[in-house]
Amino acid sequence: MTGWRRHEGLAVALPVEGIDTDQLIPARFMSRPRSAGYGGYLLHDMRRDAEGHPVPAFPLERPETAGASILVTRRNFGGGSSREAAVYALIDAGFRAVVAPSFGDIFAGNAVNNGLLPAQVSAEDAERLLAALAAGPLGAEVDIDAGAVTLGGLACPFALSEAQREKLVNGWDDIDVTRRHEEAIAAHRAALAAARPWLWPGATRDQGAR
Amino acid sequence: MTAPRTLFAKLWEAHVVTSAGDKDLLWVDRHFVHEGSHHAFAKLADRGLPVAEPGLTFGVADHYVPTRHRDRPIADPDIARMVRTLEENAATHGFSLFGLHDSRQGIVHVAGPEAGLTLPGCLVVCGDSHTSTHGAFGALGFGIGATEVAHVLATQTVWQKRPKAMRLTIDGPLAPGVGAKDMALAWIAKLGADGARGHAVEYAGSAVRGLSMAGRMTLCNLSIEGGARMGLVAPDATTFDWLAGRASAPRGADWDAAMAWWADLATDAGAAYDREVTLDAAEIAPVVTWGTSPEDAAPITATVPDPAKEADPARAEKIRAALDYMGLVPGRPLEGTPVDRIFIGSCTNARLEDLRAAASVLKGREARVPGTISPGSSAVKRQAEEEGLDAIFRAAGLDWVESGCSMCVGMNGDHVNPGERCASTTNRNFRGRQGPGARTHLMSPVMAAAAAVTGTLTDARPFLKERAA
Ligand code: SF4
Repeated sequence: MTGWRRHEGLAVALPVEGIDTDQLIPARFMSRPRSAGYGGYLLHDMRRDAEGHPVPAFPLERPETAGASILVTRRNFGGGSSREAAVYALIDAGFRAVVAPSFGDIFAGNAVNNGLLPAQVSAEDAERLLAALAAGPLGAEVDIDAGAVTLGGLACPFALSEAQREKLVNGWDDIDVTRRHEEAIAAHRAALAAARPWLWPGATRDQGAR
Repeated sequence: MTAPRTLFAKLWEAHVVTSAGDKDLLWVDRHFVHEGSHHAFAKLADRGLPVAEPGLTFGVADHYVPTRHRDRPIADPDIARMVRTLEENAATHGFSLFGLHDSRQGIVHVAGPEAGLTLPGCLVVCGDSHTSTHGAFGALGFGIGATEVAHVLATQTVWQKRPKAMRLTIDGPLAPGVGAKDMALAWIAKLGADGARGHAVEYAGSAVRGLSMAGRMTLCNLSIEGGARMGLVAPDATTFDWLAGRASAPRGADWDAAMAWWADLATDAGAAYDREVTLDAAEIAPVVTWGTSPEDAAPITATVPDPAKEADPARAEKIRAALDYMGLVPGRPLEGTPVDRIFIGSCTNARLEDLRAAASVLKGREARVPGTISPGSSAVKRQAEEEGLDAIFRAAGLDWVESGCSMCVGMNGDHVNPGERCASTTNRNFRGRQGPGARTHLMSPVMAAAAAVTGTLTDARPFLKERAA
């Protein structure tokens, strides 16, 4: 994965609160291998009617939002399950950042691991951004170093931890980061296996005490 | 003398390998994987890495498995491929698997504890958000995403930001017919679906202490629906009695050594929580949800909320949208709302005790609507059949099927049809969770059973009273 610091793209408003992971990608698509691309499943059941036809009024279905890469939405985005496919759907649909007042914890972690920025802005700023986008999508800029999203004359700061920032700009995922701690992990394991060998259950007990 | 610590602090600190920034690297004692973990294994294969601790990794086939015709090959090729992939990964990496035809098969959060794998003091992770269930044992249990699953497979550790500690105390006697599901939905309705966000919730108080392990698992299971990262209950005699003798629980001298540690797994007197919330158990009534978030919950005796009476416009809009999706009319009583089917199942409410409770309502009665009962594990299924519960369900006209996630998430083909209203013992009433256009009302097993009997949302208490008389 390649890291990034700054991104310019089209921002689109989705003025709905509580878009959960089941809406981001309905479960029935998750058995498909990722290699086929998950973008077509993003918000699948919100953008289509009962017969499966696109709902023209849905923000992401409007022709002028084609190619949008920054999503501005309301509170509790990505709440719900741990399904990382919700992040895959956003990324495969071309999104680089989601701007909202709050995110599901697991979703936010998954997003960063995959290079998607969960930019947490204040509720007031989210409403101002949504208002600016009410007439249609606008060009916007997301700057991880500056910690701000800029759009339609507004500049709104977003919160991001240092660890999240480091991963996004370097394109690291957690395994890369953890490899620097191999010795500490081995020491922890050895101490545990000596003090509480019964934590390795049953048949594998012998390995536990190794 | 060390400063007094909360149970959560003791468990967390025991698992910290190292720290960086605002995150701790935690050692994982139990890692459960399922068919849906295929993304993570693919990631591991991409890097050519082995599973670090196959002895602490456990596979369970539950999320996609068929609940009917297990004697035949799996009909859906996608699902057949995922189940096979899990089997292949278990064989390649050498971890044990509760596969489709294994006697220990079941929903991971039912089958894992049942096998004695979930122990007090353990840190348990799984690529399923309801891993919070395992906190019922005084363990740290939380769900992780596929990238984190790959990370745990590769390193047996996981990075986490330490949540704040919250204590939710529920004191007093529960009314008859009111149980753990109602306790959980009541607090989520009170605090909101993100009310406990960023917190680990320790459940305390006499109503919690009085719960069986099944009830504690139900309560902890739903922690995530209130936004909590995890839920936990301090282990006590109820926990130890339940665990003793289970297949993977420690034995003999190991058991004694474990008990020496477990006995200390309680919050010290004087330890401070970041947040304290109390509820009065006596005020909790049987709860049903009316909307599309678990926070949209109300006592069965209440009416459908009226968005016109809501002061906050965003909230009013949310209620309006939820009622529109759910096909409900503001101001009407919840009780009496016709349902099209019922589902009793899931890691929330499909343990033996749940099935017994449902059977106590259904015994000698007929269901007016179709319904499915999927036991939480194959072992629960066998025990229920030994007790004759299956005969009660069948006689009532309900389908008695095999164990799996089934209609909780609708990934195996079991689903609620568009526009249909389902009385369900599951944990999520999100739009489309049980199938596109499905209208889900969450409730306890006795409430779902009563809904089956009347074909409407129903207060189960009169049914139980008759039985007690
Ligand atoms: S029953 Fe539902 S919530 Fe439980 S593990 Fe399965 S999918 Fe997850």
